[in-house]
Amino acid sequence: MKNIDSKGHVTGKSLYLDDIPVRQGTLYALPVDSPAAHGRIRVLDLTKAEQSEGIVRIFTHRDIPGENQIGGIIPDEPLLAEDEVHFQGQPVALIVGESEHACRRAREKVRIEIDEKPPITDPREAREKGELIVPPRTFQNGDSESAWDSCEYVFEGRADSNGQEHLYIETQGVYAWPAENGNIKIATSTQGPTAVQRTAAQVLGFGMHNVEVDVIRLGGGFGGKEDQATPWAVMVALAVHHLQKPVKMAMHRMDDMRMTGKRHPYSSDYKIGLDKNLKIVAYEATLHQNAGAAADLSPAVLERSLFHANNSYFIPNMKVTAYSCRTNLPPNTAFRGFGGPQGMFVIESAIAYAAYEIGVPKHRIQEQNLLKDGDEFHYGQIADQCQAVPAWTEAVESFRLNDLQEEVECFNRKYKLRKKGLAMQPVCFGISFTKTQMNNARALVHIYHDGTVGVSTGAVEMGQGVNTKLLQVAAYTLGIAPSRIRIDTTNTSRVANTSPTAASAGADLNGKALEKACIKLKQRLCEVAADQLGTDPKGITIENERIQVNGTPAELIWEQVVHEAFMNRVSLSEKAHYATPVIHFDKEKEKGHPFAYHVYGTAILMVTVDCLRGTYEFDSVKIVHDCGNSLSPMVDNGQIEGGLVQGMGWMTMEELDYDEQGRLRSNALSTYKIPDIYSVPKSVEVKHLETDGHELAIRKSKAVGEPPLMYGLGAYFAILDAVRAFNPNTTLRFDAPFTHEKVLMALYEGKEVEVKEEAAGSILNESSG
Amino acid sequence: MVEFILNDQTVRTRKPASMTLLDFIRYEQHLSGTKIGCREGDCGACTVLIGKLNDERIHYESMTSCITPLGNAAGKHVVTIEGLNMVELTPVQQAMVDSGGTQCGFCTVGFVVSLSGYCLTAEHPTKEGAISAIDGNICRCTGYKSIENAAGDIAGQLSKKSQKEQTGWLIKKGFLPEYFSGIPKRLQKLRSYEIPENGQVMIGGGTDLYVQKHDELLDTEEVSLVFDKPDWNSIHREGSEIVLGAATTATDLMESEIMQQIFPDLHRHLKLVSSTQIRNMGTVAGNFVNASPIGDLTAFFIALNSTIVLTSPGGHQRQMLLKDLYKDYKELNTKPGEHLTQIRFPVPDDQTRFNFEKVSKRTYLDIASVNTAIQIRSAKGKIDDVHLSAGGVGPTPKYLSRTCDFMRDQALTPELLPQAHEIIQSEISPISDVRGSASYKRTLLRQLFYAHFAELYPEIFEDEIPA
Repeated sequence: MKNIDSKGHVTGKSLYLDDIPVRQGTLYALPVDSPAAHGRIRVLDLTKAEQSEGIVRIFTHRDIPGENQIGGIIPDEPLLAEDEVHFQGQPVALIVGESEHACRRAREKVRIEIDEKPPITDPREAREKGELIVPPRTFQNGDSESAWDSCEYVFEGRADSNGQEHLYIETQGVYAWPAENGNIKIATSTQGPTAVQRTAAQVLGFGMHNVEVDVIRLGGGFGGKEDQATPWAVMVALAVHHLQKPVKMAMHRMDDMRMTGKRHPYSSDYKIGLDKNLKIVAYEATLHQNAGAAADLSPAVLERSLFHANNSYFIPNMKVTAYSCRTNLPPNTAFRGFGGPQGMFVIESAIAYAAYEIGVPKHRIQEQNLLKDGDEFHYGQIADQCQAVPAWTEAVESFRLNDLQEEVECFNRKYKLRKKGLAMQPVCFGISFTKTQMNNARALVHIYHDGTVGVSTGAVEMGQGVNTKLLQVAAYTLGIAPSRIRIDTTNTSRVANTSPTAASAGADLNGKALEKACIKLKQRLCEVAADQLGTDPKGITIENERIQVNGTPAELIWEQVVHEAFMNRVSLSEKAHYATPVIHFDKEKEKGHPFAYHVYGTAILMVTVDCLRGTYEFDSVKIVHDCGNSLSPMVDNGQIEGGLVQGMGWMTMEELDYDEQGRLRSNALSTYKIPDIYSVPKSVEVKHLETDGHELAIRKSKAVGEPPLMYGLGAYFAILDAVRAFNPNTTLRFDAPFTHEKVLMALYEGKEVEVKEEAAGSILNESSG
Repeated sequence: MVEFILNDQTVRTRKPASMTLLDFIRYEQHLSGTKIGCREGDCGACTVLIGKLNDERIHYESMTSCITPLGNAAGKHVVTIEGLNMVELTPVQQAMVDSGGTQCGFCTVGFVVSLSGYCLTAEHPTKEGAISAIDGNICRCTGYKSIENAAGDIAGQLSKKSQKEQTGWLIKKGFLPEYFSGIPKRLQKLRSYEIPENGQVMIGGGTDLYVQKHDELLDTEEVSLVFDKPDWNSIHREGSEIVLGAATTATDLMESEIMQQIFPDLHRHLKLVSSTQIRNMGTVAGNFVNASPIGDLTAFFIALNSTIVLTSPGGHQRQMLLKDLYKDYKELNTKPGEHLTQIRFPVPDDQTRFNFEKVSKRTYLDIASVNTAIQIRSAKGKIDDVHLSAGGVGPTPKYLSRTCDFMRDQALTPELLPQAHEIIQSEISPISDVRGSASYKRTLLRQLFYAHFAELYPEIFEDEIPA
């Protein structure tokens, strides 16, 4: 099935936050943010701004009737700064005026003076100074310490991966208005409507029942609107509460980029030991997560880095410790993969380092160590229905790895100034929120008495196609045409206490709840039909909108049964609750069974590096992916290709650049580059691994949102492979992204033009070209 | 009063000419299909088609409405997605649906509009050409492969397009609504629109000013719009010189037969300059006077030894070499009120070769870390004349005069390059910034300098580039 939104999208009729028709009297809001990354606010003079044309009022923390607190996991983040500021871009005040433009002009007139303190931008420095968000956590199995002696090879090194801007094309936005009796209705672009509702209530001193949150769809989220949509919604709600007028905020890109957190940069140390057969005997790593100035979701992200520290490999002796380090960057947050990719980059770097030092292709070590059924993960779960080896083997065979290698070798012999590189990238990713209690969802289904159906769940549509999958689940379960069904907006008044749409689990959790609700309704209608037909309900089914008795179509159709039920006062509405069974995790022991299942796959990436200019182009990426029994191959392939390219962007051209003062230099699309149509691989082939799928996946169609992003890790190692073909002596550095700059400097290491003294200053924000 | 046709509707408005077309479309006309992604022309979500009457035909170009002044729409046909929608999906829309080319959908309209523009203008449709038409559209969800497939599908369908009756064919095949056929006549009747030209702030395509001074421009009531000034965008030959109007766009250059004849690699070179939409808008003079040290066209034309014509408010004209225009970072050697009205460069002879190199974080639609151009004339293994420029290596676009002096009259041999390179290094002063460290920029310029010779004299240099 195609994405059900696609017609609305291609005609521009799909509604996003900024498209909601504006009510009369609507005011506009704009945050005033800290110009410094760390310090004490000495002066905040709003006088001139307040007198600026079209300004209604400017709010500060003093206007907050409830708690000035928005921290989700840990209460460590004010909505509006009070005395201290901890990152550049931290909201300090909120301007409300008659137009967005009036607010922007007024913001220029705000006088804010800060007694600056030295900022910390490096997570290692933060750790040294004891600036930790939560105490460090260690996951381990076996006994790595005593294992080193039995290793043939032991290597140590460092691996760094930079952050990543989400760059959802729709910026953060919210539109809220007063409802009766002081209540507030908030339309917003969030992955977590309940978080917005809870936080708004907390800040306003309300009950959650006073706040209704509605989400139509998101113009991209990728984790960036899981927790970080909340502050803007709450600020606007604050303004609505005081002014009792509709208030809107649709952020400008530079504001969004400056004020919101991103994927966490990590700086890690590793130690890896192998035996002479290239089996990994032991692995130790210390991960430093750059959490930014507040916890946000960092502890949960940290946890997933630990879970995925082994990627797709079985390692008998392992010890990984992770530190969540408080720095003066915006609070970093969820981003597709949620710490998993960062943890995996370290083990992949360790393997690459070992391979170059030993003198074997990296993929030989990878292949030697793939997980198999029965292997115990370092967190205690046993690998079950493990597809690591089948996916790898399928990739090697169907994409002819040997031929690809030969192609690379031939090419590299032939050309002096162009070199090709190859990388294999297996992926293993656990599905479920690692916080067990979040793995539940609810669905509400109404069958209207004309036979059409309205569905509400807690899932937020952000392009991943969850609504398409939900529609398929409802249509299939009820036995009716998809055209009869409408998936409603995500609304806290219809479905409450939801987990955010995240962790790739949206379709599984909400789909399972929806399936349950539909089964209940269907059973009820089968009873009605049995009554009508004078037969036993056990033999009744509904297929293609027709009642079947023991498999034979009866003279009774869906609409008739629904009508009959309605006339007989039978309830046509149902809700259901689903909580993932089996999963558990003991944080004391750091052991358990946290994931419903794992998703596996393998990619082969090939790149050509222009060794004269230090640029590169990806020739191809070939993927074998474990979708299970895909509900919608088109939707799933879209997630695989899109995730791949996003991961490749993180590993190649996307370079977050904070200066030493903690100011974001890559603060616009002109300075932060995501892949365009010419920078994606010339060919991308996706093959689904044929498996039965998993019982805990919705209709055995496995979760697909995050895992493919990690195929992108291979981009780094493919480039490194090509660079080493040109300059075998270049230092092995694992410092993503592998930008054009780093490529050129690695190609010509020792021959670069050195700079002794440099003129000061910087040039920013030029237009393209 | 700005007057134009928006989709099927004639619009007359007294809104300021400096307002962005995007804001007018979304917030005055309430057409919400056109999206806001970045407000700096870098994502393409706000792409619209702007059709200008040329004799009796309309020439449509895609532009990013976020940095287009409303006044630049005057007398033209502006097409948003609402003006393309019909009861049935157009083949472009259908191809995007069928290929799975849309996920969150926020960028989708921009892609559909850009591809529809390609349908209107493509003379020899190819998949490559259709992809080229969306080189200024950014998508964060799909990874583009599905969109490439949609582009290929469209190109295939267009191969049957009638070249004579393009609009008629497109209407018949459901690409365009019926009303398009009446637009030329309706535009001819629009005669009352005025283009403001007395304001202090002069705006060409808007591609730089609206990025730098978005908020200020919205408050600037009086502007002077020169994008459509008659004769300001012509390219012609005068004796031994090529003469360009100040408002010549990068697309005008790319499509000019005169330019193509002189520069066989023109398309490849200019493809490195921003995107289709921006090339349709950005002007040559705008690129020069913006004075960005990394202006691509500036580097290009400095190496052509171009002369600029400056005109004072009183109409007095004087000439200056382009390389002498720059005093310091964003400071020009011009007198108050003077404007750049013309660009002239000598037509190179058969012995002259030209090359342009640029490396940025992202190869396309990005600002250079370093760019450089060279024009070199050699005979019998000796360099007769050479002009070498470089951007991103100092506060202004650089003409590397000492390097050129050194190379002139030297034998064109591999040994010359490292010697010349040493002089280059003494002429530049790059700083570390978001586009790269100073050391990288120096190293990169060396490599691109060598690349010039690998490109222009492969017979001499291919295996001799020092590695």
